[in-house]
Amino acid sequence: MLTFGTGNKAVAMAVRDAKPVVVAAYPITPQTEIVEEIANYVTDGSLDARYIPVESEHSSMAACIGAAATGVRTFTATSSHGLVYMCEMLHMSAGARLPIVMANANRALGPGWNIGAEHSDSISMRDTGWLQVYVSTVQEAYDATMMAFRIAEHTDVLLPVMINLDGFLLTHITQTFETIEPGDFIPPIATPHAIDINNPGGYGTLTPGNTHFKFRHDIERGMKASIPVIEETEAEFARRFGREYHLYEEYRCEDADVVIIAMGTLAKEMEVAVDILRDEGIAAGAIRMRWFRPFIVPNLDGKEVVVIDRDYSFGYGGVLAGELQAKSGCQPFSVIAGLGGQEVTYDDIAEFVRIRRPGTEHWFGVDD
Amino acid sequence: MFEIRLHSRGGQGGVTAAKLIAYAAFLDGKYATATPLYGAERRGAPVVSFIRIDDKPIRVYSQIRNPNLVIVLDESIMELVDVLHGIKPDGKVVINSQKGTEVEGHQTYPVDLTGISLSLDLVLAGNPILNTPLIGAIAKMGIISQESAKQVISETFRDKRNVEAALRAYEELKI
Repeated sequence: MLTFGTGNKAVAMAVRDAKPVVVAAYPITPQTEIVEEIANYVTDGSLDARYIPVESEHSSMAACIGAAATGVRTFTATSSHGLVYMCEMLHMSAGARLPIVMANANRALGPGWNIGAEHSDSISMRDTGWLQVYVSTVQEAYDATMMAFRIAEHTDVLLPVMINLDGFLLTHITQTFETIEPGDFIPPIATPHAIDINNPGGYGTLTPGNTHFKFRHDIERGMKASIPVIEETEAEFARRFGREYHLYEEYRCEDADVVIIAMGTLAKEMEVAVDILRDEGIAAGAIRMRWFRPFIVPNLDGKEVVVIDRDYSFGYGGVLAGELQAKSGCQPFSVIAGLGGQEVTYDDIAEFVRIRRPGTEHWFGVDD
Repeated sequence: MFEIRLHSRGGQGGVTAAKLIAYAAFLDGKYATATPLYGAERRGAPVVSFIRIDDKPIRVYSQIRNPNLVIVLDESIMELVDVLHGIKPDGKVVINSQKGTEVEGHQTYPVDLTGISLSLDLVLAGNPILNTPLIGAIAKMGIISQESAKQVISETFRDKRNVEAALRAYEELKI
């Protein structure tokens, strides 16, 4: 059904349509509308789930872990300080191989206090074992949330998935989107290690030095296996529902000499910058990275690279730029822009390309 | 792409008005986005919302810098904010005004939205409801269709006086 609403509402409607059994959440700006809407669906009966209001984000993830361990579908949403507060439980959920799905409204961390869009919250959860996808439209927020359940619960993967949407820029924008009837697109959840009272087992037991590494390695197996599962899920989604997604989205890249790479809403707006640059005779293209974990490296051979990071690793650099450089050998012009909701326009993005100096870093708005 | 910047005060319903205008454009078969600009808002503080309408999917998330239309829901804001900042040379201005305020250099459409609401006793939490008559005014300017304007209001508000308010603004705004 074609409808009109915010990014937050789209996530909530996707959750309603994916039918989790337990939703445990704590409100935080700018994701609060997601869990409010879901609470409404539970109240009006359009979602037959148990909604557990908890006292903190640490508890919301803990409640999801407990529920998911019994083999049911779970969801929560958070943002910023809420996400980093549940950090311990993020490691716990991935380590316990529980396919929890969570939406994160990307928001800066304070102080200085700021509720604007920034990816530092989710990027700092990089090594927890969660899959991370970054979306750029309200429609994609809906679709990615729907696909997240199928990917997370796939028995080759069994890892939690975080859908990241830019705070305010995407959570609060109103756009057209289409909801779907997923049918058997999301098969019934079948967690192989679900708690079974008729077949008791040990959970959270000690894994000493001679076995622990095997469990860690197995997480990486799940992460690697997630790549074909994501591709197969996206292909099946396109076949059934007509909307195409890929591991990363290329725009006018075929004959590009220079490509701009980013995640989230900036990566959609940069298509407009590419059009402007093309009109000026600059053979520019754009790559919108959708999956940050697993990290999938585009082929950048023979191209100059401009990376826009809406995050920063102090003492290191822009995280996306650094990871692309490490994995592909490219020498990116690393731009740090959009922190804390800093206004970045398509004209600004076009200018980043014009002033590029490969192998250097540029903070937008800071005099170098 | 047609770009609208809406100036209001926190609590006046500007954010909702932007959503409703964009929703009407969506019903007209167009692509539309409505974006509130959030800062440290509180009741009474000047706030800004953006509406974009296009025949193609909209890829822009940054703020509107060169609006085709500026809407001012509270004319006292004009003493605090340069509402005309960046407006296109042929950009138009709609001002909610009881005294027919005009701006220089741009075609201005003053309309007494407050008066219309008060005359119908359309008041919520002590404030006159401005977004439903505004939709009537925007429909008169041809930015959204009359049918979509009616549908948006009747879907969103049960009170029939909202449709009446829109009709009155539609009649009152002179083009």
